Amino acid sequence: MTILLADPAPTRAESAEPPADPPQAPAPPQAPEHPDHPDHAPAGRSLLAGTASWDRVADKAAKATSTAAGAIILVALAAVGVFLLAQGWPALRAGPDELPAKAESFWTLAGPLAFGSLWAATLALLIATPIAVGAALFITLYAPRKIRGLLAAAIDLLAAIPSVVYGLWGLMVFAPLVAKFYKPLSEHLGWIPLFAGKPSATGRTILTAALVLAVMILPIIASVSREVFRQTPPLEIEASLALGATRWEMIRMAVFPHARSGIVSGAMLGLGRALGETMAIAMVLSPTPFLMTFRLLESQNPNTVAAFVAQNFPEAHGTGVNALIGLGLILFVITFAVNWAARRVVAPKPT
Amino acid sequence: MTATALKTHSLSAYYGDFLAVADVSMTIDQRSITALIGPSGCGKSTFLRTLNRMHEVIPHARVTGEITLAGENLYDPGVDPVLVRQRIGMVFQRPNPFPTMSIRDNVLAGVKLQRSRLPRSEADDVVEQSLRSANLWIEVRDRLGKPGAGLSGGQQQRLCIARAIAVQPDILLMDEPCSALDPISTLAIEELMLELKSTYTVVIVTHNMQQAARVSDKTGFFNLAAVREPGRLVEYADTTTMFSKPKKKETADYIAGRFG
Repeated sequence: MTILLADPAPTRAESAEPPADPPQAPAPPQAPEHPDHPDHAPAGRSLLAGTASWDRVADKAAKATSTAAGAIILVALAAVGVFLLAQGWPALRAGPDELPAKAESFWTLAGPLAFGSLWAATLALLIATPIAVGAALFITLYAPRKIRGLLAAAIDLLAAIPSVVYGLWGLMVFAPLVAKFYKPLSEHLGWIPLFAGKPSATGRTILTAALVLAVMILPIIASVSREVFRQTPPLEIEASLALGATRWEMIRMAVFPHARSGIVSGAMLGLGRALGETMAIAMVLSPTPFLMTFRLLESQNPNTVAAFVAQNFPEAHGTGVNALIGLGLILFVITFAVNWAARRVVAPKPT
Repeated sequence: MTATALKTHSLSAYYGDFLAVADVSMTIDQRSITALIGPSGCGKSTFLRTLNRMHEVIPHARVTGEITLAGENLYDPGVDPVLVRQRIGMVFQRPNPFPTMSIRDNVLAGVKLQRSRLPRSEADDVVEQSLRSANLWIEVRDRLGKPGAGLSGGQQQRLCIARAIAVQPDILLMDEPCSALDPISTLAIEELMLELKSTYTVVIVTHNMQQAARVSDKTGFFNLAAVREPGRLVEYADTTTMFSKPKKKETADYIAGRFG
């Protein structure tokens, strides 16, 4: 038994040695003195001798790399911005003959799509945030230790599902399922403008799309919330419990005040994803051109920017391509504005 | 003969399987100050936290034995720990006002938990009374709307005391309330404790033997037999007796500063 076990070990060590060697080669200049002999070190130490020369190099390299990384992000952002502006510009004055869907002008095309994107993303956010925050609370503060990790992993796994899978599932399973509920919903709650109109038989409505989006953005919001809940100062948790707070009162007194900005950032990350989501929407939603409506259950629905671009790109040519890129610019501006607004909300107020 | 506020009977506190404090039976007098002293890690803070069921807030922490408050066992299965904590308040080692709340809201935090509707005039009275009792009123009366985190450490600790007494508890537990404070703030808290004992029963854990000698009526000395052994109540008597002629050599050695 010992022999069997002992045999593979040296081979593994040998095979591991060659790749381990080269990185070690530059090491000697770091430590010219033998580290094994501590009495060498103080003798060789002088403030003027520049013993830290290797550290200096590493320090400079780290600074240069991180600066470069930061710069690359800015350059990439600028490059995308310039591309969108330059390529989208010609579409702004294009006529009905050149634009996709025979739109009268770029703005009659972009307006309803921008509305559709914002409406679907807002709905998704309104649905996902309470569920995500609730799940995060349950995981951090209520769940027994044993199922905590399991549940957290399950939620994170939702984020790992490709959006095309969400699209397929939404189209083939979820839409027919929820369609059954849309009919009674419109019968009983039809007096609410949101649920007015004839309900869609296929279920491929903006509400279905928003529900699918909600599932997709739930993990981001939940994991950010979980992280901020975990970081609640224990002193404040104890302070509230010692005053005779119940668990929920403790959450309101100690956990939420700290978590507010974190929850908002999580929600904004989710909103960003929801605004840009293309595939799932393109597959689930059954859109009507140029439509702007808040109604949730009808078979005629507004489309979203990203889905429209994806659906029309294969057949676009000439100025049509410019128009689609211009739509990309609109989405870029919307997302930017949303993020900026979120930062304003999260920033601590001056007291 | 003074009345009894709280009585423990063979109380042991565990963290998981680890026995931290073993078999403590002691009687705490009403409207007096009881000091718990002993070296670090002897379990005196753990014991204090069992008195208002704050010990069990830590995962896997549990308690065996009994604590009686006015004839009721705090650890009876039918007892709600939330109600226990409303009657037995606590002040912690580090001042912990709620940072997002104003001074006024901090004082009212506990009161609002018990009474959802509190008329403004009554709330004003509670705030003023509690802050006066905590000797903080004069310093903060002009800035009740400002955040509590803007106060000095000593003021924050008095704010926490005001918050604890605003709910009118029977007993006030203090876990090394002065260890994060400077000598002047410490003096202010000590004077406050002496005033509070006319209304409340105070139990204080302290590292500072002079503090125990200055403020307390009775003193309990906790110690460990050895490392990894549980903490025990070695000796418990009137403070004057404890500091002048303790019965046990262990107590005498600790008080004389020979260890700990």
